[in-house]
Amino acid sequence: MESEVKDHAELAAIFNKDENRVDWHDETLWWVRQKRDKMAHGLPGWEDLREAASQIKDNVLSNLSQYLQQFEANAQANGTIVHWAADAKEHNEIVLELLLKNGIRKMVKSKSMLTEECHLNEYLEQQGIDVIDSDLGERIVQLAKEPPSHIVLPCIHKKKEEIGDLFHIHLGTPAGNADPQLLTEAARQHLREVFLTRKAALTGVNFAVAETGEFVVCTNEGNADMGAHLADIHIASMGIEKIIPQRKHLGVFLRLLARSATGQPITTYSSHFVKPRDGQRLHIIIVDNGRSIQLGREDFRNSLKCIRCGACMNTCPVYRRSGGHSYHTAIAGPIGAILAPNLDMEKYADLPFASTLCGSCSNVCPVKIDIHQQLYKWRQVIVQKGYTTTAKKASMKLMAFTLSSPAAYRTGGKVGRWVLKHAPFAVNNKFNPWFKQRDMPETPEQSFGEWYNKNRKK
Amino acid sequence: MKVGLFIPCYVDQFYPGAAIATLQLLEKLGVDVTYPPNQTCCGQPMANSGFEHLTGGCNDLFIKNFAGFDYVVAPSGSCVLHIKEHLHGDADPQATINHKVYELTEFLTDVLKVKSLPAKFPHKVGMHQSCHGQRGLHLSQMTELVAPEYSKPGSLLNMVEGIELIPLNRKDECCGFGGTFCVAEESVSVKMGKDRVADHLEHGAEFITGVDMSCLMHMEGILNRQGSKVKVLHIAEILNAG
Amino acid sequence: MSSRDKILSAVAANQPRLSPLPDVDFLKGGEINAVEKFTEVLTAVGGKVINIAKLDEVTAYIEMNIAAGERVVNLLSEPLGMRAPQTDIKDLPHALANIELAILQAEMGIAENGAVWLNENRLGQRVTPFICQHLVVILDKSNVVPTMHHAYEKIGNEKYGFATFIAGPSKTADIEQSLVLGAHGSRSMTVFLRDI
Repeated sequence: MESEVKDHAELAAIFNKDENRVDWHDETLWWVRQKRDKMAHGLPGWEDLREAASQIKDNVLSNLSQYLQQFEANAQANGTIVHWAADAKEHNEIVLELLLKNGIRKMVKSKSMLTEECHLNEYLEQQGIDVIDSDLGERIVQLAKEPPSHIVLPCIHKKKEEIGDLFHIHLGTPAGNADPQLLTEAARQHLREVFLTRKAALTGVNFAVAETGEFVVCTNEGNADMGAHLADIHIASMGIEKIIPQRKHLGVFLRLLARSATGQPITTYSSHFVKPRDGQRLHIIIVDNGRSIQLGREDFRNSLKCIRCGACMNTCPVYRRSGGHSYHTAIAGPIGAILAPNLDMEKYADLPFASTLCGSCSNVCPVKIDIHQQLYKWRQVIVQKGYTTTAKKASMKLMAFTLSSPAAYRTGGKVGRWVLKHAPFAVNNKFNPWFKQRDMPETPEQSFGEWYNKNRKK
Repeated sequence: MKVGLFIPCYVDQFYPGAAIATLQLLEKLGVDVTYPPNQTCCGQPMANSGFEHLTGGCNDLFIKNFAGFDYVVAPSGSCVLHIKEHLHGDADPQATINHKVYELTEFLTDVLKVKSLPAKFPHKVGMHQSCHGQRGLHLSQMTELVAPEYSKPGSLLNMVEGIELIPLNRKDECCGFGGTFCVAEESVSVKMGKDRVADHLEHGAEFITGVDMSCLMHMEGILNRQGSKVKVLHIAEILNAG
Repeated sequence: MSSRDKILSAVAANQPRLSPLPDVDFLKGGEINAVEKFTEVLTAVGGKVINIAKLDEVTAYIEMNIAAGERVVNLLSEPLGMRAPQTDIKDLPHALANIELAILQAEMGIAENGAVWLNENRLGQRVTPFICQHLVVILDKSNVVPTMHHAYEKIGNEKYGFATFIAGPSKTADIEQSLVLGAHGSRSMTVFLRDI
């Protein structure tokens, strides 16, 4: 599909060609941010809750090896089968093997960003397995053959008319009907059949409790439960960082998750899975896929505290105006920009620069990840590793020289002002990206330094 | 108390009015303020682009220029934040420079403890909350946190006779300047700036002000391209007005 | 080396110095009118709350609201009349697809988010509260607690096989953020708050 790989800036420029659509996307997500604010301001002790969650996750990362073993032992004692996958490939192979061993070729899936990261659906489809995503937003992007653009609101980039057209083609809804109620009803009927007939269900894991070996899956739609409680085998995929120490800590995280994500006090369903159902097999796949490496990066390990709420995306003024697909990675937005370079620094070198470092993300993050500080630090790492252009390196070296020499700086400034004043065409043209949609600043007669010299120098 | 005046590079070159106002305001308030002539830049443009490792020369020059002062004051939240968080020389200047560097409004509020100003500015003014000053230096409360409201620049503006501060739909959304971001991600940068400007225009601003000339320069570029009569002014120019 | 060993040794090598767990008990907060808050919040998220003194009122509700011929299952330990046969649903979960209304007993309700806590051992089948078209839950007022912290304190280290918090009818806003009630779980949820 892509002949050349575009970076965030190029993809964002394409997104911005339709200004009305950008406004719509931006306002919709800003509204979700406002709903989160309302919840936060209505909860006494909100900031204490964030601090507690942050400290719990700090503890988890500092004791992760022990907690993982504790979780495994308890899960196994409950009758759950635990698998370990070092990387995406291994995870996908484990899923395939479980299905084939049981003679299953059709699976129903509920939302899991981890499986997006592993490209599970594509892999299974290549192996002749039919996978249906049951989360309404995920089903929509699946039918549209696109990846989700937001980790919580997968098709936030799609208008209802577009969804109506998709459903008309694939589900037989009336042409031109874009009524959310009708479309949701059509999805309900279609997916109910899927739940009732598929023998394997795969879900994600929101939280995995080391103390008890249980895990929690949160949905508003009930699709994870419909899939899991009707299937012969339930596979739950989790990243190693989804661990929390004790059951009572769920109180902290379940109070923060939905409020941060969608501005709801809690998701409609928060299901606690401990033992397999009678006659069912329950499998958990614990996945590394680069997380243990990130754990070793002192400046970036805190990104592993993430509980995948998406609040950082909703508040990010850049994300809202560029859309999730501009980040060309499974997890977009501010958190994506600090997770992805760990997976492939060259491919995702552009992401930490897709930011003004405004700091809004860090302050809505329920687990207090220092996102904007990590964005700054990733920039240093990426440049040091050489993932920058020769032109940029050259211009920065020149800037460094100019700014360490008072004389060079003063001359440079004077020359710049002269050019702008007397030969503006040299600067005010299509080669100057500033000039495309903004006027250049006016040129004063003298710099402040020159004025001071004349008017104040003792 | 001796104060060294630090003027951001682009303010020095393109907006000397803001620097002059800063100087005059401090002098009016009885401060012994000097502008070391050999200063250049705080190094932020390089550091934010990932080239922090090239800022050594620039940093050493900064430390040298400002070594002898009790306080260093700058009309820029962004530059001051960068100095506080990222500027370090070969010796350990964390002990000597960082704690004595202040942005103008925080200096007026926290050190001079200004309670009144003889300024007059009878106009409708929109206050732009520059991000680094707000979220980094805590110049005013951010809407993300559940915490008591306060604003150092806002309180100072309210001391100005005749001023009318307009409300905004989004009190502290970023303007989109972001350093080299403004050209590297031009389309998003401009869209963010246009949206900020529209918010101020919707609420009747005659002037847009803030603690960072970079944000204002970006919004001014958009306003002028739109043919708008609305002007930008650094907060020092308003606090020094009349 | 197995993947398990590879992962665990990489994690052990890379994890930072141990940092302590914080106290979370203080997060419980002060006293509130839990029943009032529960009613307010559940109603706001699309659930219905009806105060009752006796279970007869539930029977009357069924007579009035569910058409004859629709399948109603009662999983309470008390009877609710002929329309709602008591059952422990030994059927295959799939055979429950035609349940119009399921009546379940909640262990507890949480005021801050309008959720009820349902334990597998009183659901018949795990799928029951999800597969029914409409859900009715009986909750004793004395079992309504203020926050999730209180809830987990009450749950303690109980060994359930499956349990769930349910806060209202299933829903989605995936289509242009328009809220639609009735996604894949129940289309409605009514909690009868019993004066006990």
